Amino acid sequence: MIHFENVGLRYGMGPEILRDLTFDIPKKSFQFLTGPSGAGKTSLLRLLFMSLQPTRGLIRMFGRDISEIPRPELPLLRRRVGIVFQDFRLLDHLTTYENVALPLRVRGKDESSYKTDVLELLKWVGLGERINVLPPVLSGGEKQRAAIARALMDRPEVLLADEPTGNVDPPMAKRLLNLFLELNRLGTAVVIATHDLALMEQVEARRMILSGGHLDIYD
Amino acid sequence: MRVRPTAPILPPSNIQGSALMVVISIMAFLACLTLGGVSMVRSTAASWESQISREITIQIKPDDNLDMEKALTQARDLALTFVGTKSGQIVDEAATARLLEPWLGPGLDLKDLPVPRLVIITIDESNPPDFDSMRSLLKDSIPQATLDDHRTWVDRLVSMAHTTVMIGTGILLLVFTAMVLTVVFATRGALSGNRHVVEVLHFVGAESSFVATEFQKHFLKISLKGSAIGSALAALFFASAGFWQSRTLATPETDQATALFGTFSVGVLGYAGIFATMIVIALLTTFTARLTVMRTIYEIDTLRSDPTRTDGIAS
Repeated sequence: MIHFENVGLRYGMGPEILRDLTFDIPKKSFQFLTGPSGAGKTSLLRLLFMSLQPTRGLIRMFGRDISEIPRPELPLLRRRVGIVFQDFRLLDHLTTYENVALPLRVRGKDESSYKTDVLELLKWVGLGERINVLPPVLSGGEKQRAAIARALMDRPEVLLADEPTGNVDPPMAKRLLNLFLELNRLGTAVVIATHDLALMEQVEARRMILSGGHLDIYD
Repeated sequence: MRVRPTAPILPPSNIQGSALMVVISIMAFLACLTLGGVSMVRSTAASWESQISREITIQIKPDDNLDMEKALTQARDLALTFVGTKSGQIVDEAATARLLEPWLGPGLDLKDLPVPRLVIITIDESNPPDFDSMRSLLKDSIPQATLDDHRTWVDRLVSMAHTTVMIGTGILLLVFTAMVLTVVFATRGALSGNRHVVEVLHFVGAESSFVATEFQKHFLKISLKGSAIGSALAALFFASAGFWQSRTLATPETDQATALFGTFSVGVLGYAGIFATMIVIALLTTFTARLTVMRTIYEIDTLRSDPTRTDGIAS
C-alpha cells in the first residue's frame, strides 16, 4: 500500500536526518514507529502523509509515485490517510461534533448525509455526551479521542498517530491503544509514532526503530 | 442529543474583520460620493450647454453714422432668413439697462453711453444654421455687428465636464486600488491569524479551492456589510442635501450652491449607480480575497512540502 525506497531527507543545507529508508506499510498492518527524540519520527510521518517531499528516493502511495502526482491531486490522496497529533489540533471555535465532521464537510458532503455516522463514531470513542462541547472545555483524553474520531471519520486506509498518548495518563493511554487495535481489526493500517515503551509492551506488533537517520524493522 | 446549527469554519468575527468593515465602508462612501459628484457636474454642464447652444447673440456696437434701431431690426431679419433659426428678439433699451444695472446703477440713460445692443436669436439645436455664412452676411450688411454663437463657452463647458469626469474616474480608480490593496493585506493578515485553521484543513484533506471558498465567504459577508453601510450613508447624504436644497429655494446660499454644484438630486439612475458601486465593491473585495488566499495557500504548500526551504518548516 505504501512503499519507501532509498528515501533520504535533509532540511536546507543541514545533515541528512533520514537516510536510505526502505520499507513497506502493508494493508491492515499495525506498527509502532519509535526512536529517541529528534530521530525524525515526525518528519517520517509527514513524508507518509505527503505533506513533505523527500530530498531523494522513491515513495509510492497507493500504487502511485508521489513525485509524479500533480499538486492539486494530493489532497484527494491525503483523504485516504488519517492523521492524529499529540497536540490534537482541534479548532477551538467548533464543537466536538463539528470538529469530527470536518473531513466530510471539506469534501462538500451535506450534513444530513453524515450526521448519524458522526454521532455513532462519537459514541464509539466515548464522547456521545460531549457533542456540543467546545475543545477548551474537554479533558486531554477527550481531546485526543475527538482527534482520533476526526481522523477516522472518512474511513481512511491508513491511520498515522504522532505521540497519541503523550498528553494522557496511563489508563487513558491503554484505552486509546485499544481503540487503535479495534480500528486495525476493522481493516485500517495503523502507524503509531511513540517513545512510550510501556505502551509498546502491551501489544505484539511490528516495530520500526529510527536511530541516527536509519530505520530498523523488527517484525 | 440535539446538535447546534453548524458554525462557519472560520471564526466569524474578530477585531481585524471589524476594522476591515470600517475601511470598506469609508471606501464605498468615498466611491459613491465621487460617482454622485461626477454625475451632478456632468448633468449641470449638459444643461448649461443645451441652454447656451439654443441661442446665438448678435452684438451691434454704436457708431455715429449708425441708426441703431434700424440696424437691430435689419440684423434680426437677416438672421431669420437662415434655415435653422426659430425666432429673434431685440433686447430693448430697458432690458439692456437692467443688464448693466449691477455695474452702472439704476436710472441709466443709454443715449449718454456708447453701449452695444443685442439681438437674441433662438435656433433649432438639431438643425443649426450656417454660422459662418450668417457672420459674413452680417458683416457685409452691418459692419458694426458681430455674431456670437457661444461656441467658445460651449467648448469650455464640454472640456470642463470631460476634465471633471476624468478626475472623478481617477479618484474612483484610486479608491478601488486602495481598497484592493487593503483587502490583500487584510486577507494575508486573516490567513496568518487563522494559520492553524488552514493547517487543520490541510490535514483533513481540504483542497485549496475549498479553503479559498471559506475565506471568500468570510470576506463577502464583511465587504457586503461594509459597502452597504458606506453606500447607504452616501445615498443619505445626497437625499439630505437635495432635501435641504428644496427647502431653501431662492435663498442666496442655495443659489450659490446650485450655481456651483447644480442640484443635489442624483435621481433614480444615481441611486442605481450607488447600488451598483456597492455590488462592485463587494465583488471586487471577494474576488481579491479569493486570489490572495489561493496564492498564499500555494506559497504555504510550497514551503511546507519543500525540505530545502528551512524558512517554511511546520511541525
